[in-house]
Amino acid sequence: MFEGSLTVWVDADRAGVLEDIAAQFEEERGVTVELVTKDFGAIRDDFITQAPTGNGPDIIVGAHDWLGKLVQNGVVAPLELGDKAGEFQEVAITAMSYEGQNYGLPYSVENIAMLRNVDLAADEPATFDDLIAAGEASGAEYPFLVGLDPAAADPYHLYPLQASFGAPVFEITADGTYDPTALALGNEGGEAFAIQLAEWGAAGILNTNISGDIAREEFVAGKSPFFLTGPWNLPAIQEAGINYSIDPIPSAGGETASPFVGVQGFFISSRSENTLAANEFLVNYIGTEAVQTALYEVGGRAPALLTAFEAAKSNADVAAFGEVGANGNPMPNVPAMDVVWSDWGSTEVAIINGQGDPVELWRAMVESIQSKIDG
Amino acid sequence: MSHPSPASPLAAPVPPAPAGALKPPRSSSSTRGILIKIALLSIIDAIAVFGLFMLFLQESWIPFAIVLAVTVLVNWIYLTPGWLPAKYLTPGLLFLAVFQIFVVVYSGYIAFTNYGDGRNGTKDDAISTILLTAQERVPDSPTYRVTVLEQFGEYFFLVTDPEGEVSLGSADSPLERVTDFGTDSTGRADSVPGFTTLGFADLLGNQRAITDLAVQVSDDPNDGALRTPDGSNAYLYLSSLSYDAATDTFVDRQGTVYRDGGDGAFVNDSGRELIPGWTITVGFDNFVKAFTTENIRGPLISVTIWTFAFAILSVATTFALGLFLAIVFNKPNMRGKKAYRLIMILPYAFPGFLSGLVWLGLFNEDFGYINQVLFGGASIPWLNDPWLAKFSVLLVNLWLGFPYMFLICTGALQSIPEELTEAATVDGAQPWAVFRLIKFPLLLVSVAPLLISSFAFNFNNFNIIYMLTGGGPRDVSAGVDAGATDILITLVYKVAFGEGTGRDYGLASAFAILIFFIVATVSIISFRQTKALEELN
Repeated sequence: MFEGSLTVWVDADRAGVLEDIAAQFEEERGVTVELVTKDFGAIRDDFITQAPTGNGPDIIVGAHDWLGKLVQNGVVAPLELGDKAGEFQEVAITAMSYEGQNYGLPYSVENIAMLRNVDLAADEPATFDDLIAAGEASGAEYPFLVGLDPAAADPYHLYPLQASFGAPVFEITADGTYDPTALALGNEGGEAFAIQLAEWGAAGILNTNISGDIAREEFVAGKSPFFLTGPWNLPAIQEAGINYSIDPIPSAGGETASPFVGVQGFFISSRSENTLAANEFLVNYIGTEAVQTALYEVGGRAPALLTAFEAAKSNADVAAFGEVGANGNPMPNVPAMDVVWSDWGSTEVAIINGQGDPVELWRAMVESIQSKIDG
Repeated sequence: MSHPSPASPLAAPVPPAPAGALKPPRSSSSTRGILIKIALLSIIDAIAVFGLFMLFLQESWIPFAIVLAVTVLVNWIYLTPGWLPAKYLTPGLLFLAVFQIFVVVYSGYIAFTNYGDGRNGTKDDAISTILLTAQERVPDSPTYRVTVLEQFGEYFFLVTDPEGEVSLGSADSPLERVTDFGTDSTGRADSVPGFTTLGFADLLGNQRAITDLAVQVSDDPNDGALRTPDGSNAYLYLSSLSYDAATDTFVDRQGTVYRDGGDGAFVNDSGRELIPGWTITVGFDNFVKAFTTENIRGPLISVTIWTFAFAILSVATTFALGLFLAIVFNKPNMRGKKAYRLIMILPYAFPGFLSGLVWLGLFNEDFGYINQVLFGGASIPWLNDPWLAKFSVLLVNLWLGFPYMFLICTGALQSIPEELTEAATVDGAQPWAVFRLIKFPLLLVSVAPLLISSFAFNFNNFNIIYMLTGGGPRDVSAGVDAGATDILITLVYKVAFGEGTGRDYGLASAFAILIFFIVATVSIISFRQTKALEELN
């Protein structure tokens, strides 16, 4: 008889939900599941360090953009979803795959959208210019808000605007995945976006001193009709009684302003000895509508499983964010992203604050990122 | 200040009789002492035996030998009479070995390896992971229903294909049609006479063997093999790579050969690496890299100067303010002294990184308290201007660091005998002269070593820089990662953990060793200087 047990690293929010399903798994399959609660931010690096020693967990919870780093370190095993793959949102499956292999069982999908204070701006703007015009006409203190950082701006939040100029980070191949060898930041669209960033910075539309917290406070205080943010800020906005609407992000450069989609899920360790049990637990227990719905209810992130997602859409906010996310691209999960974020952010700060010619700064950034990727 | 004692044992070789004479009084209370000793020792031994048992099971022989040797040594020290110094020192020495010596030696070892992202395991693990990820499911191939059977210790797949045809195969024998089989209610073949059918619970005992089992669909390996991830469904896979243990090479389906390139990875002739790689020792490569990496070499001089300036100014400002406040609050007839002192010490009680984040908010150019309230809405770029950022970092470090200096100066001042001050005053010295010529030199004698250690601490004060400015502001047009407030340790962090292939622990350890040498040199020189102060005493 099998004596071992499955060890799962989860964050505190997920642990409660998994307790029930773990108990059910133990009863039906005879395998104990040990849930180890860890700080979400520490899971990736601790797992990379511990897995090679043979004492790591069998399963971890994680974000899809960790995948490149996990594969690079050889600590995750491919996961065959079989026919089940079709039961998930397509973007979630794309996000969980790396170099043609699927590695994770997704449970949630999230992205940003444009929040509008309906009392200050009655109509949905068609373009970003219209949005600024409507923002200025509203008489509010800020025409538009987005949380940035004085040292690192926020390439994640600004990405939809950049994408509308036709400048993704890497070239997107035919099957919807990224080609990590082909940096697309430096194309003409990227430079046009840089010029636009400088203009927005000079006009005060973008201000790197407005952090995420400040932006939320000001929007909640009714000081701006528009706020580019994700579902995590909704509770504060609802509490303040703001009459809001969740709109698609208007295009600034002519093309679709597609946001980054972040997918969360579970991964199996390549050093796990409990491969069958781990596979069974993920595919047939975590991948069920009941569990996906329970995970959605505790975290507020839209479920990755289609049936659970459809059910969650009865909540108008989830449906609206989901609609915006349908146009999104998964955040790149290649290991080189660590390098990209840092240069990308500090260059955006310099451009927004007018510290040099935007095109030259942008080109220097592309060159720097390329040289670091090449090693 | 150890003066050679004239009565030292070397000088007077007296027989050991007096030492023995000191012992007898212990005998009455020693029963309880022995019991406590035995209880404590047995707890330690129980833990050691458990540890040894676990290490034995894991076949970790070197740690096993070390734990065994230490356990025997500890028992021997405490069970044999005599060896009194060893009895006192052993616990401390053990902790020193575990928490200091081992860590230092291990970092030293890491500096000579390529341990880091993509190179973090053994070669065997790397090979098995490469083989694992090389299994590619044949596009558009169907799902096969399987039942795992067993006969004479060998596992078999009983496969029901989508057309309902049933066949049997194992690792050594490709699938062959069978006609004599039983089915379950869904039409899945689930038994063959002479074979044992294994259910999910039966498979759990040997999971890896089941998921690693590949049954070829025909004699030709290029047709692919069936594998099951869950014990009930199988999929058709083709391996994109095959490993030949004899030549230690991987070959892909196009015939490209990947060899062990000597760099901890399999590479082909055009330089493409298979991931993951593995950890190897690389000699002095990391040290060479530390001096040749462009991102370190470029800004090295300016960053080194700023690191010294930051460390020296941090010590100087905190010491000056701490000493000033200590003198002020040392006035014997001051009221409410305790309350003041308590408030003074508060910043010391906050964790450095937390204070960094709080100050970050206070310094915000448009919304921070400092600009909004203290400067009436001015837009002063406290953290975004290179020189102001340097000033801000020092200011926050002053706020964080003065309570420590205040504490040690208060203690040192109180230990200076009051008579000295009185004598000087009687001799007609002014208060300033009393301080400058008498109190300050005496103070320095006891405080100087702490100033040196404070310098060493600030030299590597990662928290405050990282949390407050992240090393910035950075001149992005200059093409280097170093910002205006980057000190050596934060620059090293950026280079070793933020570039190329990701985190490079080997390079980081090499840098750590180099920085250690800088700090050690400065400290040794300073300690030599303070010897001169001690002569005063």
